Amino acid sequence: MFKYLKQLTSLVAMVAVLFTFTTESMAAKKSKTLKNTQKKGFVRCGVSQGLPGFSNADAAGNWTGVDVDVCRAVAAAVLGDANKVKFTPLSAKERFTALTSGEIDILSRNTTWTLSRDADIGLTFVGVNFYDGQGFMVRKSSGITSTSQFKNGISACTNIGTTTELNMRDFFNSRGISYEPVAFEKADEVVAAYDAGRCDTYTTDKSGLAAQRTKMKNPDEHIVLPETISKEPLGPVVRQGDSVWEDIVRWSLNTMIEAEEYGITSANADSMKTSDNPQIKRLVGAEGEMGAAFGLDNEWNLRIIKQVGNYGESYKRNIADTGILPDRGPNELWTKGGILYVPPSR
Amino acid sequence: MNFKLKDIGPQLMTVIAVVLVFGFFTYNAQVNMESRGIDFGYGFLSQESSFDVQFSLIEYDGSHSYFRAYLVGLLNTILVSVIGIIFATVLGVIVGIARLSPNYLINKFAAFYVEFFRNIPLLLQIFFWYFAALRALPLPQDAEAMFGVSFLTIKGLYVPAFIWQNFNIFFYSVVAAIIAIIVIRIHAKKLQETQGKQTPVLLISIGLILILPLLSFLIGGVRLSFEVPVLKQLATTSFIYEGGVSLPPELIALALSLSLYTATFIAECVRAGIQGVGKGQKEAAASIGLTPNQVLKLVVMPQALRIIIPPTTNQYLNLTKNSSLAAAIAYPDLVLVFAGTALMQTGKAIEIVSITMFTYLSLSISISILMNWYNKKIAITEK
Repeated sequence: MFKYLKQLTSLVAMVAVLFTFTTESMAAKKSKTLKNTQKKGFVRCGVSQGLPGFSNADAAGNWTGVDVDVCRAVAAAVLGDANKVKFTPLSAKERFTALTSGEIDILSRNTTWTLSRDADIGLTFVGVNFYDGQGFMVRKSSGITSTSQFKNGISACTNIGTTTELNMRDFFNSRGISYEPVAFEKADEVVAAYDAGRCDTYTTDKSGLAAQRTKMKNPDEHIVLPETISKEPLGPVVRQGDSVWEDIVRWSLNTMIEAEEYGITSANADSMKTSDNPQIKRLVGAEGEMGAAFGLDNEWNLRIIKQVGNYGESYKRNIADTGILPDRGPNELWTKGGILYVPPSR
Repeated sequence: MNFKLKDIGPQLMTVIAVVLVFGFFTYNAQVNMESRGIDFGYGFLSQESSFDVQFSLIEYDGSHSYFRAYLVGLLNTILVSVIGIIFATVLGVIVGIARLSPNYLINKFAAFYVEFFRNIPLLLQIFFWYFAALRALPLPQDAEAMFGVSFLTIKGLYVPAFIWQNFNIFFYSVVAAIIAIIVIRIHAKKLQETQGKQTPVLLISIGLILILPLLSFLIGGVRLSFEVPVLKQLATTSFIYEGGVSLPPELIALALSLSLYTATFIAECVRAGIQGVGKGQKEAAASIGLTPNQVLKLVVMPQALRIIIPPTTNQYLNLTKNSSLAAAIAYPDLVLVFAGTALMQTGKAIEIVSITMFTYLSLSISISILMNWYNKKIAITEK
């Protein structure tokens, strides 16, 4: 019942926002979202309802994960404290409405960047914090080791309201396999139904499969098939129309990735101020005026690195050390064989 | 003239206020959607939906339009509501009468059932039937056959499919039987009114509805055969049944929980209705020589129904609206398919939510009109 209360509140919020007078002046020098955030004293961040490694709350209500760290980075940059974030768990269905209606200011919820989402519904994607792809999980005992062994009549459990549903159709259609899609609203119910034997396979992003596998009754009984059937670049999203806020979120993420590239960590960030490399000095606020254009001070990026850490630290803490995906794969820096490549801070 | 203005003044002001409030809401929604770069329109309904649905009464796949997906969801909502209403009514009437039984055990058991099922939140019951009961069901390969032809498994209930030959002749024979029954009923009523003669209408009716379709088999060339579901292996440990008709476990769990929950309320309506008929009525009816069956049929029920129908209508409406909880267990109803997946894929929140709201409103009003018509029909006409 509780879960539905949340949907209700987001609906009420949506209605409230739609029906209040908001005289938005686009020409405001400072971003309206930034102003509101500083006035409130916390960043409003939409996350998943529990996906280990990306956004997951422990028993005490502390959120961790790489998606969570993006919001923490923004909080460190604009408010000076990475803990000043209010997390709102959202279902796949609710997430975009919550953002466009103004209930949250950043959506950092393993969300795939696609053309139609970027163009259609009043959203702007600011970057990619995890390169993912859709895969399939099956029971080991089924003897299936590749998607080429799928046969007509296979039942597949998944979530509604995601690109997964569309990819799944493309995949099965192009192979001429008839299938039974069983689509739930929440991930926990998908896992429960698959685990009970309702479906032969469970399909979603591979990172999601790896994370959800840890929630199964007996994780060792399941394997993720090697095939990847889609490109799923996951990244944070903001509302269209506030380009300054958009830039702040984009460069908070970029700072984390670039800090790793230059070997700046939460431990050594302060000492890097005296580095000889001007690129490093710019990243820790010791050279140039890197915050002025956002309406921020000059040490916004230093605070991100000190309080949240660089991308590598975040990945290790949340995804590698928790045993979800120890291998970084494409999410390695471009200098180390991955595809993480961000524009320079200068 | 002055008097008239005073009369309609407040009403006029109310109408103006309502129009203004709605106009304001619409204007605001428009301004805010524009400033956020969201465009408004129903054009998406004809676009290709490109997602599949698990269970559909009409032909549908992702190459059809969003409008077709809407119809799929709507029909699934109607299907589960109709099944739910039928079972809830049957069960509700039985339990309602059982609560008035002089038999202590039956009486208390019915009371326990009502108190138990109406006091647990419906969503919880749906989860219980779907997840707890589902886990207890066997995998397809372990399922025991029921009557040798049906299989209840974790993946659903598989029953034989009917394969008809010359189905239309069979259909006409049923229609003919129904028409014949109506004619005989009218005639029997006339006979009773004019000559006081009673005809065994029920027996004749049962005979007609059995004999005419049977004749269609014997001389009409109608053939019926069954397609029994057959186990098929997909992988080492994964099986399904092929052939026959499969009912998804989501539909079964939802229909079951909706019926069990709503039946408790209907049972109370029935009990209230029967108890609402004065004891003196039954005694008076018995004293003029009516048999107990006639007392129930001619005296008690007509008066009890008057009390039962209006609150039962509410329960039918509740059941239909409660069916939207389907989204929690993946039954593809209107909310899951249209207000869920379609809303997500198109981002047309206001359009889709408004269509969905309007659809539920229409469904509810249709049920109301139907039940009001029935209520009026059975109402006691005072002379």
